[in-house]
Amino acid sequence: MNGTSLQVAGKKGSKPKKILTMIKKDIWLYILLIPGVLHYIIFKYLPMWGILIAFKDYNAYLGFFDSPWVGFKHFSEFFSNPDFKRLLSNTLIISFYNLIFGFPAPIIMALMLNEVRKEWYKRTIQTLVYIPHFISWVIIASLTYTIFNSQGVINKYMIQMGRESTIPFLTDSRYFRAMIVGQTIWKETGFGTIIYLAALSNVDPQLYEAAIIDGANRFRQLWHITLPAIRSTVVTLLILRLGHILDNGFDQIFLMSNSLNRKVSEVFDTYVYIIGITKGAFSYSTAVGLFKGVIGIILIYSANWLAKKVGESGIL
Amino acid sequence: MKYKKSLLSRIFDVFNYTFLGLFACTAILPFLYVLACSFSSEKEILERPFYIIPRNVQLAAYKYIFSSPTLPRAFMISVFVTITGAATAMFLTLTLAYPLSKKYLLGRKVLLSLISFTLVFGGGMIPTFLVIKDLGMLNKFWALILPGAISTWNLLVVKNFFQELPQELEDSARVDGCSSLGTFIRIVLPLSMPVIATFTLFYAVGYWNDYRSSLLYITDNKKWPLQLVLRQIVLMAAGNIDGATFDAAYTQPPLEASKNAVIVFGTVPILVVYPFLQKHFVKGIMIGAIKG
Repeated sequence: MNGTSLQVAGKKGSKPKKILTMIKKDIWLYILLIPGVLHYIIFKYLPMWGILIAFKDYNAYLGFFDSPWVGFKHFSEFFSNPDFKRLLSNTLIISFYNLIFGFPAPIIMALMLNEVRKEWYKRTIQTLVYIPHFISWVIIASLTYTIFNSQGVINKYMIQMGRESTIPFLTDSRYFRAMIVGQTIWKETGFGTIIYLAALSNVDPQLYEAAIIDGANRFRQLWHITLPAIRSTVVTLLILRLGHILDNGFDQIFLMSNSLNRKVSEVFDTYVYIIGITKGAFSYSTAVGLFKGVIGIILIYSANWLAKKVGESGIL
Repeated sequence: MKYKKSLLSRIFDVFNYTFLGLFACTAILPFLYVLACSFSSEKEILERPFYIIPRNVQLAAYKYIFSSPTLPRAFMISVFVTITGAATAMFLTLTLAYPLSKKYLLGRKVLLSLISFTLVFGGGMIPTFLVIKDLGMLNKFWALILPGAISTWNLLVVKNFFQELPQELEDSARVDGCSSLGTFIRIVLPLSMPVIATFTLFYAVGYWNDYRSSLLYITDNKKWPLQLVLRQIVLMAAGNIDGATFDAAYTQPPLEASKNAVIVFGTVPILVVYPFLQKHFVKGIMIGAIKG
């Protein structure tokens, strides 16, 4: 990582000239950089600069520069808005459910797959469980409607079993969170196992042999060999997850929400879209987005700090 | 290594194999059901709860969706955006990743940290929307292609891959008089074919599945790609989405079989490339798992 600084520091003498000759030597590399760097400037850093409209009253006619500054007006408006408490709790509850049910799911599945000794069976299972990851949220929402609506597979079975009325899985707000977490688990669990299985494949098989000779049963082996092997992977992914605790995934929530479940389904991401894009309150919704982004960045750096504190390498 | 299995161990195996088998089935059964429904009569869809072989196969649903220009047009737009997008994204990713993989490159460290920063913080939906708008890209296909053309995660994985390539190969090419551009094109790229294949397919899947960009940037429904049309047909017909302009072509909710046929359209291209994809992506993820 520090190759550049060492080389530069190591070369005494006329520094600007040295730098110029170094650039000239690698001129093609710098030319190759240009399109990609432009992309980051235009599509990543320009929007970051555009965040300033959260502190302005953005007006399309006046434009970015001439719109008047208003300080923290939009923020105080947002925090005093009754929507704020609802959005925060909806966002956190969905994230929390996804964390406690969704996060361990691929770990458990990887551990289960690791116990499968028949190679062909293991490979077949893996091929199948990776598929949903590659399917769009639109399709997944469509499949959910097909299966769970009042004439869907589940309700048809229940009627056949003698239930009088159908269950409104899609429109009753009581079922919304369960549907969201269920979808996430169905879509991402299989794919999530890849990284844990990679960590597990690095375990030296001699460790297991030694454990067996020492009389350890399968559960002791799991506890003393397998789990420690994936510990740092778990911590790394947990940090990444904690940093994104306010991101519920716009696509999924947006596609599954409707006017009947709005009270539990509206989260920061969908709120920004509705208020900003469809209602045109650009400054206000940028302030909401910025609030979310700043909390996210604080969370990710604190989680990383914590990970280093407990002796893991962290990600940053 | 053979050892006698305890009873508990056997019970665990039975449970383990069964559970994994069932989970794997749930991953594929909804698709088979939708496929079956798309070839079924309305009556059968209403009466039978779940099946994967229709009693009498019919093509009415497919005839219906081909009778209007909307779906074939959306399909072609998606194909166009996917191909152009994947090519653009690969070009940008490769040209940026290669210089960044050279540890001696001046300014590399600064660039890398600026790029990595975008993983934890971004401008968000509205400022990005305003940038796209000010660039005059609303209702242009470029708005579907350019903003997401580099995935930082993919970029860092490709960079790490380039870093792992034996430096001696490039050194000898340079001794033979190859410029760094020539080395990149003639030596490095041919060695990177597996990685190029993996990420081209990853990007292609991303473009194919993307509907958010078109939701944000494309208001002209004649320019909608397949995923957005699909959302309109399936989810709006279910009366479940509000706040978007309803395409006049779909005010008559389509029949169940047609909805299923549309879902098939959105899925089949992915399932067709999947076998090619699967060979590579596990390795791709594993390269990415190694920190560098």
